[in-house]
Amino acid sequence: MAVGMLTAILSGFVLAILAPGLNRMVRGGAGWLLALLPLGLAISFASHAPLIASGNVFSESNPWVPALGVDLSFRLDGLSMLLSLLITGVGALILVYAGGYLAGHPQLGRLYAFLLMFMGSMLGLVLADNILLLFVFWELTSISSYLLIGFDHERAAARSAALQALLVTAGGGLALMAGLLLLGQAGGSLELSTLLLQADYLHSHPLYLPSLVLILIGAFTKSAQFPFHFWLPSAMEAPTPVSAYLHSATMVKAGIYLLARLSPALGGTDAWFLSVTTVGGVTMLLGAWLALTQSDLKRILAYSTVSALGTLTLLLGLGGTLAVQAAMAFLVGHALYKGALFLVAGTLDHQTGSRDVDRLSGLFRAMPITALAAGIAALSMAGIAPLFGFLSKELSYEAALRAPAAAWITAAAVTANILLAAAAFIVGIRPFVGKAVPTPKPAREAPPSLWLGSVVLASLGAVMGLWPALGTDGLLSAAGTAVLGETVSIHLSLWHGLTLALALSAVTLIGGVIVYVSRGLLRRLASRWESLGQFGPARWYELVLLGLNGLAGGQTRLLQSGYLRYYLMIVLVATVGLAGATLATRGHLVKPTDWSGLHFYDVGLVVLILMATMGTVLARTRLAAIAALGVVGYSVALVFVLFGAPDVAMTQFLIETLTVILFVLVFYHLPETPALSSSLARGRDAVIAATVGVLMTAFVLIATVVQYQPPISEYFAEHGLPDAHGRNLVNVILVDFRGLDTLGEITVLAAAGIGVYALLKLRVGKQRGTASAARRSELAGGVDDASLPIANPMRKEGDVP
Amino acid sequence: MNLLLVLPLVIPLLTATFSLLAWRRLAIQRKLAVVGTAALLGGGVALLTLVWTRGIVATQLGAWPAPFGITLVADMFSAIMVVLAGVIGLAVAVYSLASMDEPRESFGYYPLLQILLMGVCGAFLTGDFFNLYVWFEVMLMASFVLLALGGEPDQLRGAIKYVTLNLLASALFLAAVGILYGVTGTLNMADLARKLSAVAEPGTMTALAMLFLMAFGIKAAVFPLFFWLPASYHTPPVAVSAVFAGLLTKVGVYALIRVFTLIFVADAGYTHTLILVIAGLTMVTGVLGAAAQHEFRRILSFHIISQIGYMILGLGLAGLTDSPAISTLALAGSVFYIMHHIIVKTNLFLVSGVAQRLGGSFELKELGGLYRADPGLTVLFLIPALSLAGMPPLSGFFAKLSLVQAGLGAEQYVIVAVALVVGLLTLFSMTKIWAEAFWKAAPADSPRQTLSAAEKRNLLLPIGMLAAMTVTIGLAAEPVFALATRAAEQLTDRDAYIRTVLGEPQ
Repeated sequence: MAVGMLTAILSGFVLAILAPGLNRMVRGGAGWLLALLPLGLAISFASHAPLIASGNVFSESNPWVPALGVDLSFRLDGLSMLLSLLITGVGALILVYAGGYLAGHPQLGRLYAFLLMFMGSMLGLVLADNILLLFVFWELTSISSYLLIGFDHERAAARSAALQALLVTAGGGLALMAGLLLLGQAGGSLELSTLLLQADYLHSHPLYLPSLVLILIGAFTKSAQFPFHFWLPSAMEAPTPVSAYLHSATMVKAGIYLLARLSPALGGTDAWFLSVTTVGGVTMLLGAWLALTQSDLKRILAYSTVSALGTLTLLLGLGGTLAVQAAMAFLVGHALYKGALFLVAGTLDHQTGSRDVDRLSGLFRAMPITALAAGIAALSMAGIAPLFGFLSKELSYEAALRAPAAAWITAAAVTANILLAAAAFIVGIRPFVGKAVPTPKPAREAPPSLWLGSVVLASLGAVMGLWPALGTDGLLSAAGTAVLGETVSIHLSLWHGLTLALALSAVTLIGGVIVYVSRGLLRRLASRWESLGQFGPARWYELVLLGLNGLAGGQTRLLQSGYLRYYLMIVLVATVGLAGATLATRGHLVKPTDWSGLHFYDVGLVVLILMATMGTVLARTRLAAIAALGVVGYSVALVFVLFGAPDVAMTQFLIETLTVILFVLVFYHLPETPALSSSLARGRDAVIAATVGVLMTAFVLIATVVQYQPPISEYFAEHGLPDAHGRNLVNVILVDFRGLDTLGEITVLAAAGIGVYALLKLRVGKQRGTASAARRSELAGGVDDASLPIANPMRKEGDVP
Repeated sequence: MNLLLVLPLVIPLLTATFSLLAWRRLAIQRKLAVVGTAALLGGGVALLTLVWTRGIVATQLGAWPAPFGITLVADMFSAIMVVLAGVIGLAVAVYSLASMDEPRESFGYYPLLQILLMGVCGAFLTGDFFNLYVWFEVMLMASFVLLALGGEPDQLRGAIKYVTLNLLASALFLAAVGILYGVTGTLNMADLARKLSAVAEPGTMTALAMLFLMAFGIKAAVFPLFFWLPASYHTPPVAVSAVFAGLLTKVGVYALIRVFTLIFVADAGYTHTLILVIAGLTMVTGVLGAAAQHEFRRILSFHIISQIGYMILGLGLAGLTDSPAISTLALAGSVFYIMHHIIVKTNLFLVSGVAQRLGGSFELKELGGLYRADPGLTVLFLIPALSLAGMPPLSGFFAKLSLVQAGLGAEQYVIVAVALVVGLLTLFSMTKIWAEAFWKAAPADSPRQTLSAAEKRNLLLPIGMLAAMTVTIGLAAEPVFALATRAAEQLTDRDAYIRTVLGEPQ
């Protein structure tokens, strides 16, 4: 390509960054200006269409993160060309439309930015050859969709719809990531162009099924297939240009694109056929039915989009030349008429103040251009000759008639198309005919920015099938070739003779008219079934979210209880459990055998330490406990004396003395606290404490008996005097051999000094006013007594409000 | 003696000393804080360059030959961590200029910050097990005082839990080091590694390894030892939370990775399976904890826990695969994740401070309207938030991708599924902050504040720099991942490390 594919994609992102500033500079006309980029891209793509149609494929590759297999490799074949044209062409129209639709909106600049960011991502998605690169863009479309659905961000409904769409599509995205990586692992490559050539090998690989399932989950969530379809109608909270672009023409086709793209590698197996056709068929029928039960123009269109996506999935599930041809034609046809109808719905909303079909009537006189565009698009959607919708429907009928289980699939397709034809009349014809009724805003024809898009899309849908110069046949053939992995040639023609498909088209049209006429009856019937909705997937989503929040709250209250004693208990039990179990199952407990060095005073000292420890724990007053603790400390110091370290013992004596004095001084001023724990709790604590003691004893015994290597201390004895010039080994170790330790400990002392000083002198809380602190602690659960922080350190921090 | 190995300790020590000497001269202390942390960053980068070109470097302090004296040693992993400590130190020092209140500044905030950084760098650079304990103590004391500094009731309540549980970790660590010394007669980690390799039946040492797992696990805040973190991180001033969030738990993770790649590797099937299980439980409990919170910093705090799980996930995978390539990929994933996480998580805390300045609260229900009012801050939040949730093309995506690839390569499908689902839940709680603090309209009675020009500069500059790093690590993931891969290769090549430390020819 003249302009590299990477450049084309990046240009979208760059312009997205510039868009808000540009919008501020060019008040009002920014949409027209920004549309030049996608228009230019569309022209550039179109100029290469003949080459693609004649079987060429463009590719380019640059390294990005080769260590993880992510490369900037792109490939332009028939399928990506088809979608690139849609993305850039519709994108240009949407930017113009958005400028008119949200004229004067303070955040219009951001809308442009998000739309352009989406356009760049979507282009990247359909052009990427590296599957991880494809995934990168896939996620970016989910994020831009999130930001766009929540555009009207101060409304809670918009926020929760945005979140719903994000969670469903990003959740599917994670499955997709795993699936793609497994596929890459199975196929030994992360490049689509390589993977697509290995169908037979992949089908027999043990990772085929898991990767298929995961990839399908990704595709189905993105393309709103049952049971994930519910996010799409909710996404109608977005401004209409967004709905038209993302949630009808392009983003929701990403899943379809992925199915089409991967079908040469993954398709053609029973698992593929069964899962994809079933899900597609169910979605097609369900969407078509639900479309008729709505009265909001956008929701009718949303459900009919769900149905169309189901049809596409169904066709790709069927596979084979006919079905793929039908799918490609339907993909284009749907984007054209549905995009046009969405824009019409937005225009109606903008110009009349309502998008309720029951309140709109006889608008043809006031809005003739919009009406004309709407009428053509609706007739195309209903599948009336000679419009493009007719051609694609004929093709799908032919594909259905030759499919396995043809009767079922054809019946389903006809039923769905009857319902959709009726929906088309409701959306595109009904508001404009009949008696004019007053609307919230007096109806007037829209400015050009608001009708240009629908007129262009609708007229394209009218002429594309008839005008060979547009090159539709070649483009669709190239796309079909890409999907099938073998060369096909598609030739669209209006007249196939008196075929069964033609008869079915007639049935569809008559059925559509009948359903349209009796739509009131159907709506009443549907409202009686409405209560069924509470068992639908949208409800499951709510329940999952609710359950998640419940689980999160519950487990956090349980673990992060706010009580230090439970924290200590859990940590100690975990330590004893893990280390003890490991020691018992994998280690060797040792029994000291050599008691010869033991003297009676050693034993006496041990007994003394044990008794003093018991005394510390059991003491009824603090002073008694401190005294007993002092005994423990002094006895340990005596141990040092016995083992020939009098200087260490001296240090220990000093510290013990100081500690006891400090404790006495502090505790003297504190009131006695009663024993609050129940005897059961004390018993439990005693058991835990004893187990910890036993474990440590076991380890110490090991240390005394097991000696894998001679200790390095011999070296200190040898080198202390000659090299370090000191007779006191402990001193030499402290200041020389391990001087860095001492430096560290001095630093600890300095920090502790600052801490003591600051804790005594500094009380920021008081100066700032305790009101805010009290309020915060109230928020934190209302259990904290902010005035007594130190005296009661065991209080909760109130982690879980 | 290699000066570059000593500088990351000397620079913060000197800065702290001079700051203490300038006790009443706050203007000098402020300047010193920025200069000192910038110098630390510079020293770290120089060290990283040296290790990248020359391989592992070691220096024997006091010229006492290893294993008798204390060895300082830097491999890529250590050097990367020192650089990150410098980055976070500098960012937080600048942020503190505008965010720290004068009473705290006058009571030793700046020297304490330096002492904390010294302890962190010491832990990354030491090759001696007992010396590691000393640096843990330096960190613990400095962080405890920073946490309690100011003496607000909430702070003290958090600090009590923080210090008690961390002292328990210290006690376990010290006891375990003592027992290990009793058994092997050495404290030098390389020497330990060699001597333990010669032990025929590793079972008893595996049991001892459990004590280290617990001690470092408490520091790293893994399941079920993380309680001190959510109890305390939301209580001090934001700058303190931010530096804690970036560095403290990562020292625990560093110690876990170091010890379980260098010393306790004989029983990897057992120890690393355990680490993998702990990783999974840590990811899940952390992210669920975050989902239950409605306060900016509490959400972020629980996410730290969840992401610690990802970091040790790589460690676990590395021990459970026979393929050296996958083992390296897994460890590289861990190192990359740590790099990504430190920058992103500190930044999110810094953003929470600005949100609190503007909206007057950390409570999500009292915040709102930031999207409308402050597009700049909006972008600066979105970048780290989306990166944290693993969204491409930001740093978090590649961090997650490498771990997922390693997990699939090691055929540990359950943990991969857990990691992916936790990623979705992370996104969920980031959107909660986004929807409440940014999208939602501000509550009617919320105080609206604006920032002065100087505040704007000092608060937003570090945030912007860290956000730019997040984007860069994502877009230029290849060179950054190359650093992580080199670090992982060195971690798996124990022999080279041991020989360098013990001064033997390679």
